Amino acid sequence: MYGEGILKGLGVTLSYLFKKPVTVQYPEEKAPHYPRFRGYEFVWYEDRCTGCASCAKYCPLGTIKIVTNPELQPNVGNKYGLEIFDIDTGRCMFCGLCVEACPYDALFMGSGFERATYTRRSMMVHIDELRLADKQPSAFARPHLHGVEFGERTSLTSPEAGR
Amino acid sequence: MTLKTEPIIVNIGPQHPSTHGVFRLRILFDGEVIHDVEPVFGYLHRGSEKLAEERTYTQIVTLTDRLDYLAAMSNNLSYCLSVEKLMGIEAPERAKYIRTIMAELMRISSHLMGLGFFLQDLGAFATPLMYMFREREKIMDLFEMASGARITYTYMRPGGVNDDLPPEFMPALRKFADEMPGYIDEYERLLRENEILITRTKGVGVLPRDLAINGSLSGPALRASGVPWDLRKADPYEVYSRVQFDLPVGQIGDNYDRFLVRLEEMRQSLRIVRQCMQQMPAGPFRADLPMLLRPPKGDAYAHVEGPKGELGFYLVSDGSISPYRCAIRAPSFINLSLLKEMLVGWKIADMITIVGSLDFNMGEVDR
Repeated sequence: MYGEGILKGLGVTLSYLFKKPVTVQYPEEKAPHYPRFRGYEFVWYEDRCTGCASCAKYCPLGTIKIVTNPELQPNVGNKYGLEIFDIDTGRCMFCGLCVEACPYDALFMGSGFERATYTRRSMMVHIDELRLADKQPSAFARPHLHGVEFGERTSLTSPEAGR
Repeated sequence: MTLKTEPIIVNIGPQHPSTHGVFRLRILFDGEVIHDVEPVFGYLHRGSEKLAEERTYTQIVTLTDRLDYLAAMSNNLSYCLSVEKLMGIEAPERAKYIRTIMAELMRISSHLMGLGFFLQDLGAFATPLMYMFREREKIMDLFEMASGARITYTYMRPGGVNDDLPPEFMPALRKFADEMPGYIDEYERLLRENEILITRTKGVGVLPRDLAINGSLSGPALRASGVPWDLRKADPYEVYSRVQFDLPVGQIGDNYDRFLVRLEEMRQSLRIVRQCMQQMPAGPFRADLPMLLRPPKGDAYAHVEGPKGELGFYLVSDGSISPYRCAIRAPSFINLSLLKEMLVGWKIADMITIVGSLDFNMGEVDR
């Protein structure tokens, strides 16, 4: 019969009338994302960072700017104090190579994704914002963070946080 | 009385909704019939090959993500195989299995997009495309679990993969592999026997076998013309020599054959994924390599069967931390070389479906 194929196809679409929708109403309800999600708000622990600039060297686009000053933190051994640690997230492509390169577990990807801004300049993440940021590290390149919930910010101020 | 007509040149694109990416076609029409075709490329040129010359070997992985952005894992794989060949190393067994699974999932995802947009071009507006988006979403979830991103994965590294599979990955993959055949059957029920689809695709855009071979086409476009050529069989890389799968081939190489070949390839990919899941060993997932790779002087070419065809990377090393030259054999670009032969003589509405059935990606064509 001519038109049988069309009817078969319509049968498939008709069956969807009785199924639950797979979409999520976004601003009210958020789809889950996974622990390794590479997202916004880089998590940076100043006490672990030695200013070695591995992240800056490994970044394909050169979005990380580091200026160290040995006088800022004297008598701490093999560690430099940091004057500037800027990440230009406007140019960042979130490949995660900086996190992978960090030998001291000082830099983590974040797990947020809602950071629309009005200006390009405000996409620049400065050292003070990194110090104060709400630390929600992603498990990317840090397998030990799997299954760890980061609800309380206070728990992340301890030297062992995120390790 | 006869009407006096004269051929006119029409620009289709670069931003026509049914050109896949920013692709422009200058077509000489006589009435509705195509007389001449001139494709114009280059709107998405980013100079990936040149940029690769000033990146380190690991950083180039991020560039390969952006070639064929619907099949980033396959690009990663091809590039990493090329670097490994250059350095004379091999990835650990587990990494090989992980990469094979990723490449096959990527093939399913890319074919879903290719089919969805092909059907959308035919006028099956949104319904099949949305169904296919739904399944692609699940594949992207799997990739997000493993790599942390949904489009630009940067998951593979020379000598393995970035990170081992997370604990939630295998159960999710098993669930997906169980569900997916049902969905593929559903697409077939939805459209395979649809009279409108058959009228618009059967016998349209025929690419004869000899022409396809001479044009050095590859991938589903070549197999639809009846040539059983697949690098996974012809030159097995990774673990393809240890898994069983069939090569679907078309009969005459029309739009309908290309549609069916892609549908069947998704089933075969699932078969490979299932076998890999069974065979996957435990062990290291990344070879022990320094952060900055310095391959010895020389050159290497490695190719994989990407979702769109033979995808190859040719690297020349001068012994430093970045390649001296990187050249990419992009399947989409070469598959477009026979566009004129396929289009001349057909009408404007068929042009859209023929271009859609080739399933090319401008990110890869312009590089």
